[in-house]
Amino acid sequence: MAVSDYKGVFIFAQQVDNKITGVSYELIGKGKALAADLGTEVTAVLLGHQVGDLTKKLAKYGADRVIVVDDPALETYMTEPYAYAMTEVIKAHKPEVVLYGATAIGRDMAPRVSARVHTGLTADCTGLEIDPETKNLQMTRPAFGGNIMATILCPEHRPQMATVRPGVMQRISPIEGAECKVENFELKDIAAHKNVEIVEVIKKVSEKMDIQDAKVLVSGGRGVGCPENFKMLEELAEALGGTISSSRACVDAGWVEKDRQVGQTGKTVRPNLYIACGISGAIQHLAGMEESDIIIAINKDPAAPIFEVADYGVVGDVCKILPLFTEEVKKARASKNA
Amino acid sequence: MKIIVCIKQVPDTNEVKLDPVTGTLIREGVPSIINPDDKAGLEAALALKDQYGAHVTIVSMGPPQADLALREALAMGADEAILVTDRAFGGADTWATSSTIASAIENLEYDLIITGRQAIDGDTAQVGPQIAEHLGLPNISYAEDLKIEGDSVVVKRQYEDRYHIVKCKMPCLITALSEMNQPRYMTPGGIFDAYREKEVKVWTRPDLKVDDSNIGLKGSPTRVFKSFTKPVKGKGTVVTLDPQESANWLVDRLHEKFIL
Repeated sequence: MAVSDYKGVFIFAQQVDNKITGVSYELIGKGKALAADLGTEVTAVLLGHQVGDLTKKLAKYGADRVIVVDDPALETYMTEPYAYAMTEVIKAHKPEVVLYGATAIGRDMAPRVSARVHTGLTADCTGLEIDPETKNLQMTRPAFGGNIMATILCPEHRPQMATVRPGVMQRISPIEGAECKVENFELKDIAAHKNVEIVEVIKKVSEKMDIQDAKVLVSGGRGVGCPENFKMLEELAEALGGTISSSRACVDAGWVEKDRQVGQTGKTVRPNLYIACGISGAIQHLAGMEESDIIIAINKDPAAPIFEVADYGVVGDVCKILPLFTEEVKKARASKNA
Repeated sequence: MKIIVCIKQVPDTNEVKLDPVTGTLIREGVPSIINPDDKAGLEAALALKDQYGAHVTIVSMGPPQADLALREALAMGADEAILVTDRAFGGADTWATSSTIASAIENLEYDLIITGRQAIDGDTAQVGPQIAEHLGLPNISYAEDLKIEGDSVVVKRQYEDRYHIVKCKMPCLITALSEMNQPRYMTPGGIFDAYREKEVKVWTRPDLKVDDSNIGLKGSPTRVFKSFTKPVKGKGTVVTLDPQESANWLVDRLHEKFIL
């Protein structure tokens, strides 16, 4: 089959506990733009059990069509049943582009699918464009720990597949009451493809806001000094209606939970305001936050690389400045509400 | 029990610097290390060896200098080391790399294969699951803990907001997270053995039964179109004031930007 016979942009609509994972909406948003450039539609592939209600949400965020594979064997994510179902959908529909979220699910399933359908897969993309001449997908991703960017092509194999970093692409403003085509994809005996057993599911409880959803992040690095000092960051975050995040150093030191980590091996964030406290700004960290609208950096070292990306920088001791800053923010808020 | 551990020698990307003039990577003087996730996988295999007795074989694909990484693995306690190296394997993307390594593994006996989740120079996390696919084995990725129960492995599989405790019959492939353990150091005796008693076997193109169309640049569905350094964002304003003035200055900026 010729490369040009593959049509349509597909995105993997990830759901966990019958809730769509945020990155899926971002994939639809980007997929729509790519589909427009290709003169085609964006289709969400939804795998799960009794997930029919989720199709409306996918329509609201711009899906033109949803293909549903509904089976008890797909209720909880397992590599093989999911890879099998996804591969069968791809084989039957022959899309030209397939996008997955670069999540702990997408980064496990997509490599198996790519090996099975014999096509390329570009990991953790932060940029996707259609070449206006060849109509090939140009997939851009960080390499060498974020030190360089590489643009990857998959010229002779289809579909062109990529996993996309959560938090990078923009979702569209939801369209209330939007409808789309829904197709059920019949697949027999998916349960026969289970090759592992899930003995237990242990959910991590975090009362804190997901750092990718926060509009304001107060982020701490080694310069915060000790885990107790994160209290100061929490107070500022609370005053600004945000939450705390951190650099890798603090996660490795056990000061904060892994789900707070911003950067190449953590999460990509783009809040309205990012306040980097005692973070020197290693390239791996910058890769995860430099798209934030406004960046404030407070650091003792005037040569710290974080100042290169900060809109506003203050050279000084975080532990002295933060409590005063929090106080002034509270005063400003109070006078506004008075 | 026979365990295969796949490792990659990588430049320590924390030490990679950019040439401020040309914007290219300065690779000279950057130390090469065993990729951290792979080293955790190696430690997990050695811990199983300590506990149950196992034969641990290390497989690495790379240039001849990857010998050093394999010697380190031997010095830590691995029994056997194989370097898969040939110009014909060069320029491989994850698809061709995984098909090459899978083909090397087909020459060996195994109950369990452990790879790292991802390498710090590429961060793709693809090669482990793709090796499993080429070999037709189940895989469990993102392992934070691993134990043996009879003829199965039980893995603590990490997700963003949860863990799954997953049980899988061997043979299967596990991808390890560096959080899994603290790798042991080489011992002086181990280092001696790694260079005097043990050998690193070298396998080249003729040693593998893989098809030419599935290796190297030619066997790679993806191509690097271009690489570049990110455009640097214009530098903002940096001030040095006393703490109270700093706080006031920051609040003024937030007013200016309508955040307050």
